[in-house]
Amino acid sequence: MLRIESLNTHYGRSHVLQGVDLEVPAGRIGAVLGRNGVGKTTTVRSIMGLVPPTSGHVLLDGQDIAGWAPHLVARAGVAYVPEGRLIFPDLSVLENIRVGERKPAKVWTMERLLDLFPSLRERAGNRGWQLSGGEQQMLAIARALVSDPRVVLLDEPSQGLAPLVVRELAGVIKRLCDEGVTILLIEQNMKLAEAVADQLHVMVKGRIVYAATPDVFRAEEEAIRGKYLTL
Amino acid sequence: MDLLPFLVTQCLNAFSQAALLFFLGVGLTLIFGIMRIVNFAHGTFYMLGAFVGYTTVRITGSFWLALVVAPLVAGSIGAAFELGLLRRLYRRDASAFLMVTFGLTLVLEEVIRLTWGVQALQVEVPDLFAGIVFLFDEPFPVYRLFLAGAGVVVAIAIWQFLERTRLGLLIRATSQNSEMVHALGVDVNMVRSGIFGIGCGLAALGGVLAAPLVTASLGMAANAIIDAFVIVIIGGMGSFLGSLIAAVLVAFVQVFGNYYFPDFALAAMYLLMLLVLVIRPGGLLGKEA
Repeated sequence: MLRIESLNTHYGRSHVLQGVDLEVPAGRIGAVLGRNGVGKTTTVRSIMGLVPPTSGHVLLDGQDIAGWAPHLVARAGVAYVPEGRLIFPDLSVLENIRVGERKPAKVWTMERLLDLFPSLRERAGNRGWQLSGGEQQMLAIARALVSDPRVVLLDEPSQGLAPLVVRELAGVIKRLCDEGVTILLIEQNMKLAEAVADQLHVMVKGRIVYAATPDVFRAEEEAIRGKYLTL
Repeated sequence: MDLLPFLVTQCLNAFSQAALLFFLGVGLTLIFGIMRIVNFAHGTFYMLGAFVGYTTVRITGSFWLALVVAPLVAGSIGAAFELGLLRRLYRRDASAFLMVTFGLTLVLEEVIRLTWGVQALQVEVPDLFAGIVFLFDEPFPVYRLFLAGAGVVVAIAIWQFLERTRLGLLIRATSQNSEMVHALGVDVNMVRSGIFGIGCGLAALGGVLAAPLVTASLGMAANAIIDAFVIVIIGGMGSFLGSLIAAVLVAFVQVFGNYYFPDFALAAMYLLMLLVLVIRPGGLLGKEA
């Protein structure tokens, strides 16, 4: 479904992504773990076309979308839930979702989204800035889903959320997976990633250095943590 | 003159003036809100509107048609300019936009000079609005009443467009975070061209409407661009409602200033701007400075 092959991205002179290889099969959840600044966010921004990669491939069902403009990547079926949620603060909840609704949704209709996120239904008329962090995160996910995407890129969705809300988030992510959505999850929260992902990838200095299923990962966690993930 | 008739006529005068200022300022502020650039050519599009309006009235005899044709011509030129030139500059700093839009000003002014000549051209208003009415026994031009009404109608139309249409929603979203809108599958470049065209068209509409009062002349642009900047700065850059409030405030200061202390009328507008900037550096409804 989503396959990334030797992706390289530069910010000016600095070589941020140094040949990233990654695959998320259809309907699965792939997670990328890693310290701050190793290139996790750059990976999703490169996929989205927000930072054009310098070389490599981003294959969506076999079609290479690397270097496409962001709106074309989105129209190809990739939806983006950015780090920090980036809700439109002065738009209402419903308006925020409608920006993402390029044509009438078939799968994730407004009605279904409000069923999935009851708190958003209660706050439908509120402006984005009035929402709590958790509500904003749900709104960012709803805004992405309304385009009926094949792939959703989730960048640090648990950031700044209370443990209870993170648990709710995990439920939502699994639910999406059950509905057949393919998910690439960027996380610092190892617990969340372990709980939902089918495959865990560890990123160090712009490369994926380790990949395993959660079971294997758990068994080797101490060693991996010490080697790649501690500060 | 009694106080009540005086107040009524002066207030109506101010509202008709506010309408013209609003047409001028709202386009500039919308363009700034979306694109974060200052369109130096805005006053020239206002002037272009007046001249195109003049020719439309000459050929067809219809002032109403001029109100449609002039905004369409100016809007098309604006959108084409954005598509052809401005689009290449978004990665550069703001001075590039000032240079290029200033260049456009020079080119357009020269084109207008060559096409219409240097003489001021009188634009006739439809007979319906040519006369005067008596308000409390004071004569008042019907055309100014029409202007005030047109301002209200256009302000409501723009507001409804921003609130209720898909493009209006995208314009509001883009002004808050254009990258996010782009990543949600919207071709933000088209939104930008659209808003630039709409802004230039609104300026031209103001130009046609002003022409019967001030004639279509080459001096129009210079005054217009200053007024437009003042409106945008007072209202807050990018704020639709701000530009509306600022247009009304400035118009009242201009009209009553002209009456009570004509020598300082021009300064009064800048004093108002200074006052607003001291209290709210980002403008009345602006985010921040």
